[in-house]
Amino acid sequence: MKPFRYERAADAAGAVATVAAHPGAAFLGAGTNLVDHLKLGITSPDLLVDVSRLPMDQVEERADGGLRIGANVRNADLAAHPAVRTRYPVLSQALLSGASGQLRNLATTGGNLLQRTRCAYFQDPSSPCNKRDPGSGCAALEGWTRYHAVLGASSHCVAVHPSDMAVAMTALGAVVVTLGPDGERRVPLTEFHRLPGDAPHRDTVLRHGELITGVELPALPFATRSRYRKVRDRASYAFALVSVAVALDLEDDGRTVREARIALGGIAHKPWRAERAEAALRGLPATEESCRTAAEAETADAHPLRDNAFKVPLVHNTLVAVVRDLVGQGAPEAPGGLEGSR
Amino acid sequence: MTTRTSESRTPEPAARPRAVGADRERADARDKVLGRAPYAFEHPMERPCYAHAVLSSVPRGRITAVDTEAARQEEGVITVLTYENAERLASTDDAELAILQGPEVAFRGQIVGAVIAETPEAAREAASLVRFTYAEEPHASELKPGESELYRPETANGGAGTDSELGDLDAAMEAARADPGAVALDETYRTAMTHCNPMEPHATIAVWQGDELTLYDSSQSVHGHRDTLAEVFGLDRARVHMICPYVGGGFGSKGEPHAHSVLAALAAREVSGRPVKLALTRQQMFTLVGYRTPTYQRVRLAAGADGRLTGIGMDAVEQTSRIKEFAEQSANPTRTMYAAPHRKTTHRLAALDVPVPSWMRAPGECPGMFGPEVAMDELAERLGLDPVEVRVRNDAPTDPETGKPFSSRNLVACLREGARRFGWQDRDPRPAVRREGRWLIGTGVASSAYPVNRQPGSVAAVQYRDDGRYRVGIGAADLGTGAWTVLAQIAADALDVPLDQVDLRIGDTALPKATVAGGSSGTAMWGSAIVAAARKFRERHGHDPSPGDHAQAETPANPHAERFAMHAFGAQFVEVRVDADTGEVRVPRLLGVFAAGRIINPRTARSQLIGGMTMGLSMALHEETVTDPRYGLLVNHDLANYHITANADVHSIEAHSIDEDDPYVNPLGAKGIGEIGITGTAAAVVNAVRHATGVRVREVPVTLDKVLEGLRNGPPSRQ
Amino acid sequence: METEIRLRVDGQAYEVTVDTRTTVLDALRERLGITSPKKGCDHGQCGSCTVLLDGRRATTCLALAVSYDGAEITTAEGLGEGEELHPVQQAFVDHDALQCGYCTPGQVCSAVGVLREAAQGWPSAVTEVGAEGGISPEALDHDEIAERMSGNLCRCGAYVNIVPAVAAAAEATAEGAGR
Repeated sequence: MKPFRYERAADAAGAVATVAAHPGAAFLGAGTNLVDHLKLGITSPDLLVDVSRLPMDQVEERADGGLRIGANVRNADLAAHPAVRTRYPVLSQALLSGASGQLRNLATTGGNLLQRTRCAYFQDPSSPCNKRDPGSGCAALEGWTRYHAVLGASSHCVAVHPSDMAVAMTALGAVVVTLGPDGERRVPLTEFHRLPGDAPHRDTVLRHGELITGVELPALPFATRSRYRKVRDRASYAFALVSVAVALDLEDDGRTVREARIALGGIAHKPWRAERAEAALRGLPATEESCRTAAEAETADAHPLRDNAFKVPLVHNTLVAVVRDLVGQGAPEAPGGLEGSR
Repeated sequence: MTTRTSESRTPEPAARPRAVGADRERADARDKVLGRAPYAFEHPMERPCYAHAVLSSVPRGRITAVDTEAARQEEGVITVLTYENAERLASTDDAELAILQGPEVAFRGQIVGAVIAETPEAAREAASLVRFTYAEEPHASELKPGESELYRPETANGGAGTDSELGDLDAAMEAARADPGAVALDETYRTAMTHCNPMEPHATIAVWQGDELTLYDSSQSVHGHRDTLAEVFGLDRARVHMICPYVGGGFGSKGEPHAHSVLAALAAREVSGRPVKLALTRQQMFTLVGYRTPTYQRVRLAAGADGRLTGIGMDAVEQTSRIKEFAEQSANPTRTMYAAPHRKTTHRLAALDVPVPSWMRAPGECPGMFGPEVAMDELAERLGLDPVEVRVRNDAPTDPETGKPFSSRNLVACLREGARRFGWQDRDPRPAVRREGRWLIGTGVASSAYPVNRQPGSVAAVQYRDDGRYRVGIGAADLGTGAWTVLAQIAADALDVPLDQVDLRIGDTALPKATVAGGSSGTAMWGSAIVAAARKFRERHGHDPSPGDHAQAETPANPHAERFAMHAFGAQFVEVRVDADTGEVRVPRLLGVFAAGRIINPRTARSQLIGGMTMGLSMALHEETVTDPRYGLLVNHDLANYHITANADVHSIEAHSIDEDDPYVNPLGAKGIGEIGITGTAAAVVNAVRHATGVRVREVPVTLDKVLEGLRNGPPSRQ
Repeated sequence: METEIRLRVDGQAYEVTVDTRTTVLDALRERLGITSPKKGCDHGQCGSCTVLLDGRRATTCLALAVSYDGAEITTAEGLGEGEELHPVQQAFVDHDALQCGYCTPGQVCSAVGVLREAAQGWPSAVTEVGAEGGISPEALDHDEIAERMSGNLCRCGAYVNIVPAVAAAAEATAEGAGR
């Protein structure tokens, strides 16, 4: 860890001004990812501006019935928040399936969005990595890729985004609110994280000195019927191999899909909004067959690597299973619904 | 339970049982729940310096240039050590320990330097600034059967024979193939490279005062550790002291000193008189403190329609490092488990440019009980026989290779008792026919076994003190095994005093010499020395001693050692649930029954057994160190990527003991319980996965992708 | 770069000089000599360094000490009243919920945090969806405790003793509260 100066920000505007004016500066939130990277030598800022005590720690009701979540709201508090649990259960579940209780007590909403990949080569400074060291190559491409991308990757980077929270928020149509040197802006979460392309060192569209101040969740009444399912190598405290967030709006018959919101985790450089699958399901009964067809449409362009071909069928099966659960949740005996598995 | 011992009993005067066998609270439990028990890095030191190791970033080659300038410029840095300025060691016979002696690099992640600084932050940062230029040489870092060049080691670990052969296995296999009612099974199984990963990272505090070296180190053997360090530095043993009252888990990785202990001592030379604190990072532990080799196991079984084996064979292929041999004795259990007239076992190694493999819980037995115990399940299935019954039918009345009687062998009793407790009798043998909602359900069984190892040379001392207590000293180690507790129990009975009159001291070379806490031999070896010392004390000083009276004695030789084969046995039963959509494997129930001689303390014994079983579960479901052969890199070198079982992976685990009265193993009648729990577990899990899903996986870990692939090829129907 | 911070640890106030790079864990262990919290991985991957930080369970290996100037910390050593063990600690002793003991102080602090979180009705990943009122400490079954305690790795494999120990402590705490 290179020596660095430390400043505690008095307010958001001041923090932004300081970091924007100082090329080697970085914001410090809870540090659960940044300090990890400082120790590994992945990043070496010379000034940390601590924003963790700024009063961005409230969950507020919005006029449209949605929520505004402050960037410093802790993952644990957000997961337990009554409005989140009742109106956006998929988000509560996603948060609770991430990390561990003692980490969720520290980690913040803004920091969670900015988590960097857990690619083992990215985390090992002695390995080539275009994300950590642009132009050095991608060790993962021909390497150990169990946890890597099957969608949207490039020949420069095949890493995945590790957040669970962001996958649920992507399904819910969240908007990231930032404060930069040029003022406030709102970025839809689907456009917040980047695909790697030829610049994988840039995870997001944030500019230097731009600070996340909050996340807006739009009102989405049907999100009461929503669910997050994380499939991983351990029953708990492990990153996703594949995760699926679904919110389902069903017709009165309890089986026909009026609208579906689907996002996938563990398979791409960003939380993956599954718009093709959503479109494929719209207007159809949520049967095993229709879900599988929708999932297959979503992964039609998948490019599995040496170790992760299993993720494609795993995504299909998991999406089918989540929808089955959600349909069953509303109408347990719904005839013609999803049953069994293949 | 009934027990069976061979031949007539030799009456042995045994200590009058009182504390021994009783359920006693762990002696150090209170200190540990408070966090007061000091581990190696936690001994208070005046003005310590901190050392941080620098590791090689190429898998093989030579250092051609060293640049320490930037590191030396860093604030707080005292000095930088590399091969260019480090002192020459007196002995470089052990290539793993001979660090900083030359420019050669033998594996990626080898120690090539160190920074000594005033703070841990400065030491670590400066370590990242030391620059080495390498001339890389071609390397091979991945074990590939059929490609890697294999050789025949002179012996396997522990002096085990490299190969063994009785009868003609090839002919037995041929005959079984020719007989339509018989089965000739010939399959290859694989276990992964795994790491001990004790929760306490390896750490050393070293202090030189003149020519005296004191080490606070995390070790399973203070005396063994001291002797090795004395040799490496060319010192009289009396000038090296080692203190280690508590060990935060070892599992074999602290059984022998590793290179970081040498590095700490080298570093401390640079700041004579000041203590140097050196802790390995979790990442560094993957290349520096040993690991279990991956194994490929060709298992051959020939059996008649009745399930009786006519032939059994095991060919183990493993890796070692080019600079130091470690020959995991994986074919050993096949030599003892089952009767069969035709038998053959071999060990072959590939010497690679990899970190040095070493001990990991039940070396040999743990991997070696995987392939054969899965093969036995496959055999039962092919013959339409119950897998418990197949094992019972092949129980060996005498040790199959040596012909010696067993001092006691209760494998069948464990299988029967386990089957009864588990509810095995109602089992439907058909695979893939049980389903509850999304879960496919199955059960499996495997045998467990571990030898009774003897290590001569432990000495215990007993001294009566003016506080009216008996100070019992032996340089033993408690790695969570319960030595602090059970040795006091043994001493209390041997002295015939209440437990609170025993003042036990362990973990210090100032105490009489003790052998390593390894091979599940600690309690028996140290305990036997304590019993001998107590007897001698009473013989000399009677029951009304004066303060200062003392006696010392060594673990007696076992007069029965050559007459008997001595092993502990067990059986493990597993229920698994497999998610039909995702292939995720869960283990709601794991039940083991073990016959391991006399249990000194049922509470700590149970913890040891469930701990072994939990690690076996971890091996079955999670553990695999991944090598990237392009770079010689162990890719997943932290606890986020190298998964060990978390709490949520574990549900019901039961460990039961069968009382076993074995008068031959040692005066205590104890066989050792630290390792048997991990043997067989992984096979039982794999067998249960087959029963649940119809998918036969012949390797561990059984990750969901391996199951999912099988499920997609032939999905079971919903019941 | 050195800076002075104040911490209150197990009821005692400290002023301590730290490097800006020093974590809370290293401030406790290397600067203050408070070694009850353990370093197992130094990267938030094992839970051995768990303490109660301003009343909540938290890993300390990824928290920079400068950022926690003024914090109130309780380690396992400071949980009990005087020499009396905290009910969670007593339950760990009673159930032999430890072996080598290295992860134990973190497990104990985490368990205390789990009970506090459950008392606030916080759900976990295995809490039934739509369970309106969340959960209470007494309602913590095996799966709930195991999931909530999964941030604390134990290599010795004491999990099957840790879960009943936490359950017993939950019961003891509930009884204590009901008096």
